[in-house]
Amino acid sequence: MIRFLANRLLGMAVVLFLVCLFTYVIFFVLSPDPAVQICGKNCTPEAIDQIRANLGLDQPFWQQFWTFLSGLFVGRTYGTGANAVECVAPCLGYSFQSSQPVTGMILQRLPVSATVAIGAAVLWLLAGVSAGLVSAVREGKFTDRFITGLTLTGMSVPNYVLALSLQFLLVVTLGWLPFPQAVPFSEDPLQWFMNFLMPWIVLSIGAAAVYTRLTRANVIETLQENYVRTARAKGLSPGLVWRRHALRPALTPIVTIFGMDFAGLLGGALITETVFGLNGVGKLAADSITKNDQPVIMGVTLLAAFLVVVGNMVVDLLYTAIDPRVRVGSAA
Amino acid sequence: MTGHPLLRVRDLTVGFTTAAGHTDVVKHLAFDLPRGGALGIVGESGSGKSMTSIAIMGLLPKGAKRTGSIELDGRELTTLREREMQAIRGDRIAMVFQDPLSSLNPYYTVGTQIAEAYRSHRTGVTRREARNVAIEAMERVHIRDAARRVDHYPHQFSGGMRQRVMIAMTLSMEPDLIIADEPTTALDVTVQAQILDLLAEIRRDTGAGLILITHDLAVVSEVADQIVVMREGDLVEQGTAERVFCDPQADYTRMLLDAVPRIDDEIGLLRTTSEEDR
Repeated sequence: MIRFLANRLLGMAVVLFLVCLFTYVIFFVLSPDPAVQICGKNCTPEAIDQIRANLGLDQPFWQQFWTFLSGLFVGRTYGTGANAVECVAPCLGYSFQSSQPVTGMILQRLPVSATVAIGAAVLWLLAGVSAGLVSAVREGKFTDRFITGLTLTGMSVPNYVLALSLQFLLVVTLGWLPFPQAVPFSEDPLQWFMNFLMPWIVLSIGAAAVYTRLTRANVIETLQENYVRTARAKGLSPGLVWRRHALRPALTPIVTIFGMDFAGLLGGALITETVFGLNGVGKLAADSITKNDQPVIMGVTLLAAFLVVVGNMVVDLLYTAIDPRVRVGSAA
Repeated sequence: MTGHPLLRVRDLTVGFTTAAGHTDVVKHLAFDLPRGGALGIVGESGSGKSMTSIAIMGLLPKGAKRTGSIELDGRELTTLREREMQAIRGDRIAMVFQDPLSSLNPYYTVGTQIAEAYRSHRTGVTRREARNVAIEAMERVHIRDAARRVDHYPHQFSGGMRQRVMIAMTLSMEPDLIIADEPTTALDVTVQAQILDLLAEIRRDTGAGLILITHDLAVVSEVADQIVVMREGDLVEQGTAERVFCDPQADYTRMLLDAVPRIDDEIGLLRTTSEEDR
């Protein structure tokens, strides 16, 4: 088990290193010179050189990449002397446009993204799995066809269309929900809840549709398995056959994609957050792209990659608990 | 003891109605199995032999229609409600399936799966008791180190051992009838013999009736004392094993027997049951 864990951690480190490298290369090549941005309007070539030297931008690529990498672990200092800026670990970079360390900017917005992600995940898991189960039980009947039709719709409607139409319908036309306002949970839980309700629904519909189909297919397939027949031949009640022999194998694959989907969503829901004006990581990314604030875009990218890799790892570990066949260290 | 045979099948017909029309896969089948007897049902694939066993268990797939009569110890099974049939499955009639790996659930230990039937048929069974029943059943099918292996998962067993686990599963309830559907087909030849010996031994020790379903005449000749030959759902021939092997009445049985290579045969083309197959 320890060897397995060590192997996984090593693999994770390699993947993250490569992601860092690629991201850095892309932004190193594409990025407009930060020195020019900092220098402002009244700028001389000498001043630019001075700033470049201060920030270490005149150093070779590998040197800069190394400084960036070590900044992730031990932090780093931008500039020297009185203008020096401390960027504590994990330092994802420094936004010269907003004069803030990227890590802080992201951390500040992470709770909103997490709230959006957790709520949406709960919603789509509940809706997707239960609709999938109903569909599987009623296979071929009207209910099944109806649900399958709904999932098709759910999967094909783009997020932004859904977000805007929902907002128009529920807030403007019907007036069922108040106009979204940023309210902390401690101040007005109801308003807070109402505020997040629409983003949750919008984000969960596409995923719920996918999960419905997946659950349905898995359950129907599992019910065909020989071991389900064995269970019935043993005289187990249909309920027991279902719960013990069909559900567990059928729902295991759901854990895999759920881990990935959820981790990906934690890194920010770009469109949904933007449409609903939620100040999360996704909105930060969208704003930074508009402003061409490269260090922030890079920071968000790295965060998303990190979350997906960690999510994957968690899923792998969960799997060893759920599926005895991948359990390691148990001798045959 | 009653005057009834253990199993009495009369006019058993199983049919499917699909968009293409109605097909009977088992037609007017009739046979008796005496208490403690061993019946071999022989036929090619598609002969309806597996459907017969599933029909007896009452586990036919949706859309299948079963008519006729199946009596276990004088009790009609075809008119029972699902709940009553559940009480019989696993308890009075147990079944061993062809592919032991896919027939065992990969997510549970073999002990759990062996004890499962026992726990659901007997009320008030503690976990420990069920576990002991599982260990005992595993010992009876000669799985060594049963007390330890009871906590292992199916993938940790070899093919032959898995089939022993399947057989152990049927033993925990001491059934009156064991139906084995191609129990050796998925196994190596050497292991096949061991499993057949085991089935014979269990039959001797427990006095349970055995229905052995197979396409393999060699397998049947070793175990069964009565034989039913089926083809395309029809009963072709039935009789004692000795009679069917030595003096087959139906042409089809003769063809089946001829299709088996014999050690004392001249070397030549093997015969098949139909000329078009060549």
